[in-house]
Formats: sequence, C-alpha cells, structure tokens
Amino acid sequence: MLEIAVRRRQGAFQLDVTLAAGAGVTALFGPSGSGKTSVANMVAGLSRPEQGRIALDGRPLFDAAAGLDLPPERRRIGYVFQEGRLFPHLSVRANLGFGLHRVPAAERAVPFDDVVAVLGIEALLERRPARLSGGEKQRVAIGRALLTSPRLLLMDEPLAALDAARKAEILPFIATLSRHFATPILYVSHSMDEVLQLADSLALMQNGRVAAHGAVEDLLARPELARLTGRGHAGAVLRASVVAHDDAAGITRLSFSGGPLLVARSPLAPGQRVRVRIAARDVALALDPPGRVSIQNCLPARVVRVGPAEDGLVDVLLDCGGARLWSQITPQARDHLDLRPGQPLHALIKAATIAAGDIAATEGAMPCASPSPRRT
Amino acid sequence: MPVLTPLEREALHLSLLVSGWAVAGSLPPGLLAAWVLARLRFPGKTLLDGLVHLPLVLPPVVVGYALLVLLGLNGPIGSRLHAWFGITLAFTWKGAAVASAVVAFPLMVRAMRLSLESVDHGLEQAARTLGCGPLRTFFTITLPLVLPGVLTGAILGFARSLSEFGATITFVSDIPGETRTLPIALYALIQTPGGDDAAARLCVISIVVALAALLASDLLARRLKRRLEG
Repeated sequence: MLEIAVRRRQGAFQLDVTLAAGAGVTALFGPSGSGKTSVANMVAGLSRPEQGRIALDGRPLFDAAAGLDLPPERRRIGYVFQEGRLFPHLSVRANLGFGLHRVPAAERAVPFDDVVAVLGIEALLERRPARLSGGEKQRVAIGRALLTSPRLLLMDEPLAALDAARKAEILPFIATLSRHFATPILYVSHSMDEVLQLADSLALMQNGRVAAHGAVEDLLARPELARLTGRGHAGAVLRASVVAHDDAAGITRLSFSGGPLLVARSPLAPGQRVRVRIAARDVALALDPPGRVSIQNCLPARVVRVGPAEDGLVDVLLDCGGARLWSQITPQARDHLDLRPGQPLHALIKAATIAAGDIAATEGAMPCASPSPRRT
Repeated sequence: MPVLTPLEREALHLSLLVSGWAVAGSLPPGLLAAWVLARLRFPGKTLLDGLVHLPLVLPPVVVGYALLVLLGLNGPIGSRLHAWFGITLAFTWKGAAVASAVVAFPLMVRAMRLSLESVDHGLEQAARTLGCGPLRTFFTITLPLVLPGVLTGAILGFARSLSEFGATITFVSDIPGETRTLPIALYALIQTPGGDDAAARLCVISIVVALAALLASDLLARRLKRRLEG
C-alpha cells in the first residue's frame, strides 16, 4: 500500500496530492502539466516535497515533520522512465544486472531468467542499448527495474515515445507484470486506452490535485468526470466474459449481465474475463426494436437518468440487466423520443465500434504462457 | 632514425616526466573542479570559475613569479613543505611539474566540464533508483560516460605542459638535467652561437612528440566512442 500526502509549490503551480494506492495497477491519469510526473519523482525520491508524508507498506519514505527523506537508493522502488534511460556504456545484460547486484541475495524475489523470458529479451543480452529499437529498449528498462525486486514499480508514460505497433507489443507484458511478480504498479499516463488495458484503479489528476480516485469502471461511468477523462472517452465499462469466436463473421461473442454482446473479433481466449469499454457516443437509442438493420447489438434497457444538454450533447444513463450504460445523444433526439426516467427502450451498439483496444483481460487466465508473442 | 644525443635524450626524458606528473597530479582536482562547476549552484561560483581560468589568461611569467613567491624556499607554502615533508619545489623538476600543472589546469577543467555537462542527469537518477549511492553512481555511470572528455582534457593538458616555458623558467630556472625540458633546452641552444643545427633537431623532436600524443588520443577517443555505440 502506497500512501501519499504531499504538497509543494513550483513557481505558480501548487501540487497538493493525497492518494492511497493498493495492489495491482494504479493509473495516474491527467493532461500534461497536471503534476503526474512530479508525484512519481517524489515517490521515487528524485525530488522533494515541501510538506507531507509518503509511506510504502507502512514504512515511511518521506516525512517532513520528522525530517525524514530516504535517498532513492534506499527506497526499493523501481522506476521505468519515459525514455528508458539505459546506460549506453553497458550491455543489455549489464544493464539488467546493474540494480540486481545491489540487492542482497536473500531479498531477490524476481529471478533473472524469468524476467528475461517474460519480456522476450534473451536474444538482446549481449547488445549495447544503441543497437536496440525503441520497444526493445523499453522492455529492457522494465526488466532492469523489476530485477531489483522493488516493493513498488513506477512507470512514467513508458509507452509515450513508441509508435502504435510497439505499444501493442509491450502493453501485454506490462499487463501481466503486476500479477506475475506480485508488484504493485503506479502507472503515469495520459492515454485512456492504456489505462483501460492496464489499470485496476484510476486516479484522475488535474492542476496538481487528485480530482477523483476509484475503480476504472466507476470513474469512466461518471459523466461529471468526462471533462477529465476526455469527452470522447466518456462511456461505460462493463465486466463480461468471452464466450466464443465466429471467425467467418469476424466477430466475438461476449456475455454480460445485460445479455450477449457481439464485438469485433478479439484475440482473447474463450472463458477469459474481460473489461469492455462502450463509448457513450457509440450507443444509439430506439423505442421499438428496429427491424432490418446492420447494428448487431440491440439490448433491452431502461432509462435511469437524462442529463442536461452540455456542449450540444445529452448524456443518458441506462440500466441494462443491472449493468450501467451511457448514451450520448443530441437534445433534438432527446425531445423526439421524449425520454423520461423509467422508460423502457433499446440500446443499439454496432459490434464494429467495440474494437480490440476496448477490451482488456482482467483477472483469470493471463497471456503469460507464451512469453514473447511478438518480436521485432 | 638518427640516434638522440645525450643532451636531447635528457631533455626529452625530463619533458615527458614533468608533463606526465603535471597531468597525473592535476587530473583529480581538475575533475573535481569541473564537476563542481558543471553541477553545483552556489554563491561565488563565477569567482571560482574566474580563478580556475586565471592561468589561461595571465602571462606565464606572472604565474611563475607567483609560484616562486608562494612555493619558494622562503615562501609561505614552500617553507612549510620543506620543513614538514622535506619537499623542495623551487629549482627542481618537481617544481617544473607544478608550474606545468597550474598552467594546464584550466584547459583540462574546460574539457572535462563540457563533457560532464553533456551527460544526461537522468541516467544518474536511474542509477540511484536502482540502488546506487551518489559516489558509486559517479564511478559506475558518470565517469565512464565522461571518459572521452577526461581523455581530451588530459591530452590538452599534456600538450600544454610539453610546451610550457614562461612559468617554468621563472619558477625553476634553467638547470641542465633537472629543469631543462625541451622548450628550455631549445631556448638555451638558440642563445648559444652555432647551436642552430641542434636547435633544429630539438624542434623536430618536439613536433614528433606532440603529434604522437595527438594521434594516440584520437585513437583512444575513437575506441571509446565505438564502445558507446555498441
């Protein structure tokens, strides 16, 4: 458990963060300049808060009142930086061993061969960092931090410098790390896609403060936070499980409390429990079930609440078999359908709008059996 | 290759000895000064920067005279060195090494400071998060990365020491076999009627030594660079 309660003034910018992060992946999400990296640096001991306290598993790392400020090397916190920061004069093997050799043998909880296998970097061990691709560098940087058997792993936008293909290559690795090595992760990001794929809980940062903190599903479903999560990302996150694939039709059948849900063909195995994001702007409403229509999902639902018009859009909260769905429609459509709370209707969702990036595996089977599905 | 005369051999040997010690002696404090100037911010930094650079802009004779006043047998430092450690600098080859070191110091500091400033501080931070203390971080990360700069500084300092004349002759005079380095021997020969041929030979020797040092440094620098690029 990481407990943060710190304050610092940086010029006109006031950082005032209170946050408690438990096991699993906690995402620190916010626009650039909201103070995410400052928080990570304070936790790592690379910068110093003016006031407050930081403790990890009950052990204080920083306590202004007690005059305590552990140097970074004594905090046992791994840090994966945005730019990798591999040591250019050392081979990949020496980079990986750099932190490992400074951990007492009795405290080494993360086996070298295990990390190398999970990250798929066996073939790179004798190379210099200058001869690695961006994705390879980041995998080595992750391995280097993990090998110190950290009590917490900080990741500061580790994928920001990579293109989409490299991101897709590394995301699955990170998703398995926290569970596989039982290390909590504080993941700094400004990409909601990454958050959805990785995070168990989410802290939304704005102007140096944590504006909201909770489960990813809950926060993304709150329309008043849409401003922070990005209006385009507003929507519901459902818990579901993979039922079957239909390769001929190019779709995957999921099941959730509101019924079956057809989505674009997903690579996840049947039986896998998943988290599915359904963007509010992709949900259309119909009072009667439409007849012949391309839309695959027609879910019976009930109106819970109709929000006020904002930026020319109305957020409608639906109950769909106990699950919450959001729909974003125009004020004109609202008036046309005469929506009222309690009204039964149908939520229409195109299967194609729910793509692989909207579906994230949660606890259960992990894609860990094959350590390196993709390699450059 | 023509065999060197005893006089030439002696001057060459003295030059290499004096320059070698000058570089070896001023490298550690030079690196420290470079690190302080590159990394720390404190009041009076400009003054320290100016002091470090002073030997570069002062006439060497002034430096030599200052050394004579401070480190001479009756000087405030020189008398104590002699009384406590039995070390005499004035009019010895050790004094010549000190004079060379002082004059070469700013050149070495400049090269190493530039190199230190170009090292990504983020790498040092990364080393800290991996469990490395500040001193260990310096020796395992910073120093290997600035090695090319240290090498450049050392070669610059060596070359400057080889050519050192003004401060040396003022501080330790011209004593054959003790302080008569290549430039001083050359000067003495020029002052002697009929010494032209011998002077020309010394000139050639000086050029060969300087060129050899430059080539060696270039080779080393290239090898270091290749190591960084994998």
